[in-house]
Amino acid sequence: MEQRRIAVAMSGGVDSSVAAALLVEQGEDVFGLMMRLWSATPDGSNRCCSPIDITSAREVAARLSIPFYVINAQEPFKQHVVDAFINGYTKGITPNPCIECNRHVRWGFLMRQASAMGATHLATGHYALSVHREGRYRLLRANDHVKDQSYVLYMLAQQDLSRTIFPVGPYTKQEVREHARRLDLHVAERPDSQDLCFVSTDDYRAFLKDQGTELPPPGAIVDRHGNVLGQHEGLAEFTIGQRRRIGVSSPAALYVLEKDLASNRLVVGLREELGRREFSLRNVCWTSDQPPTHPIEAHVRVRYKAQEIAARVHPKGKDRANVSLDSPLPDVTPGQSAVFYDQDECLGGGIIES
Amino acid sequence: MSSKHVYLDYAASTPIDERVLEAMLPHMQDTFGNPSSTHRWGQQAEAVVESSRRTIADALGSSPHEIVFTACGSESDNLALRGAAFASRTNRDANRILTTPVEHPAILRTAEQLAELHGFHLELLPVDECGRVEPEALSSTIGQDVAIVSIIYANNEIGTINPITELGAICRQHEIPFHTDAVQAASQLPIDVQELNVDLMSLGAHKFYGPKGIGVLFVRAGTQVVPTLTGGSHEHGLRAGTPNTPLIVGCAEALRITMEERDSHNLAYVELRDRLISIVSEEITHARLTGHPTDRLPNHASFVFRDIDGNQLLAALDLSGYACSSGSACKTGDPEPSKVLLALGFDRPWGLGSLRITVGRHTKSDDIEVLLKVLPDVISRLRTAQDKEA
Repeated sequence: MEQRRIAVAMSGGVDSSVAAALLVEQGEDVFGLMMRLWSATPDGSNRCCSPIDITSAREVAARLSIPFYVINAQEPFKQHVVDAFINGYTKGITPNPCIECNRHVRWGFLMRQASAMGATHLATGHYALSVHREGRYRLLRANDHVKDQSYVLYMLAQQDLSRTIFPVGPYTKQEVREHARRLDLHVAERPDSQDLCFVSTDDYRAFLKDQGTELPPPGAIVDRHGNVLGQHEGLAEFTIGQRRRIGVSSPAALYVLEKDLASNRLVVGLREELGRREFSLRNVCWTSDQPPTHPIEAHVRVRYKAQEIAARVHPKGKDRANVSLDSPLPDVTPGQSAVFYDQDECLGGGIIES
Repeated sequence: MSSKHVYLDYAASTPIDERVLEAMLPHMQDTFGNPSSTHRWGQQAEAVVESSRRTIADALGSSPHEIVFTACGSESDNLALRGAAFASRTNRDANRILTTPVEHPAILRTAEQLAELHGFHLELLPVDECGRVEPEALSSTIGQDVAIVSIIYANNEIGTINPITELGAICRQHEIPFHTDAVQAASQLPIDVQELNVDLMSLGAHKFYGPKGIGVLFVRAGTQVVPTLTGGSHEHGLRAGTPNTPLIVGCAEALRITMEERDSHNLAYVELRDRLISIVSEEITHARLTGHPTDRLPNHASFVFRDIDGNQLLAALDLSGYACSSGSACKTGDPEPSKVLLALGFDRPWGLGSLRITVGRHTKSDDIEVLLKVLPDVISRLRTAQDKEA
């Protein structure tokens, strides 16, 4: 049998540093890999892989006496994450770049490159668990439900899960920080990393503008009945459930109900009109690799930090599904992912289409 | 670093020789006096420094007063280039710097800065596909407006040796100061400054099994050089700063041993080098030797592999137990082909995939045999993974 060797995806942050440390303590043969990601700024700094982060990760690796290398992931990251993000906004949808990064870059590019470099497994600092139980690999929520990141990992298939290790999955963030302190890792007090790492400030709209993104043009604001209430500046400016900055005066507060991409209309309405129960999914993945043959009962989460709602998921062929929620949710947003759970197991998910 | 790890990056640095370390150790503590001091502590240190200077002068075929100690090869390059450029401008209004595109950055970046900030006119001599400067290229452009000519003796990335003696003769004929960066060459090639026709020559001790932090600049008597590190009148007024007695001793002892053992080591190196070159060329597709096939450093084999990320190749080899190098040292994952490879006409798909294997006194032929089994497999795995990204 091939000797087990684990590549740890290191970011210079506390979670991946402790992930590496835990594996070293378990006696595993470990090496660190850090991806150099694409960045819009000329100095090449990206909020999560700046030269400072590289130095930080390298220091941790040296402390753990493991080899550490940086590999160039700028092209796949630009293509699958940044361009997909820009492309989504061009169409007026709200993509989740972390999910595309996990799908194409971490468990695509990085897994392939790490294997080519001799790794049998990939470990990351995600809060989730990959366990083998009753005949197959299962993606489980982390023991720390507050930190759980299984939502952004729903696309992992059996092949991925069989070769993936989440060393911090059994611990709370607090325990991970304590572990870092005990090992005297200088990263122990580092703040959590940010989403949208490739946007140098929090302003993604400015980023899109800088990238010369052609956003959808202005169009009509309408109510549920098609009555025109005003003009919007482009659908990319709005998210479902948004109340502020709609630009229509009305005696009662108006909310964004829907972005009608086909007719470029923004549908608004009262709070009680907000909410959807039925929606369809594309790019559906099942962690078991096997789409259920019948509709299933599951708990569904439509955003990373959203509450879970009981639902029925109707698989449609290999990679599509329809979802019926037991109670409506106000922020079902095309481009975001809906993820299915059975108790603590993540069954899969897909991208909300309409 | 366990015994299963093999070091094959002797061009980057060499381990300090036991005998050198032994020679240095007493001077770390006992000979602490300042060589400039009048008292006996000073005299003792001065005696040690001057005896080391004589050892180095002997190795170079020069006089001790032509030997300047610096902190490293890069500093020697800086002193030679800046010092001679400014002196030539002051003394005879010469404003043109002639060098090559295959210099170490210590020369190239310095020359560029002299052009950008100080108004010198920088001219890069053409090189052939092996990275070699033809003497005709120099003789056709050299003139009285040239402040200094600087041409690398043997290139660090591609190993090619330049015809320094002939190039030096051309400079001498025109009475233009001639510098060579011999940092990479000194461990293996003849360094007699009379035979080489050089006025200035840089060395760095850690490339020949000496300590880091100590370099040498040979400055031929009569060659006008202004100091770049100003202060006291140390080092014949060319380099201020209290001499570093133990490192100077280490440098001298390392060079003495190198001169003594050079020929026998070279015989062993050439055998390993040629074995590497022939097997890689035979067994790996889309592989090319960089630099001259024979007129190259005895310990130096360098290649490019098409469609390979050189940094990833180094990482994969390190994980397999082999410490090698590439042309463009990059640890931040943002690779660019090296300027040297671009000057040789390699495009990006070739230029990014460079590998340099340099052997040394501790290299065993078994290590090379195992590497030659591992390397084709590593290249093929990386290429397969690369194909999947396309």
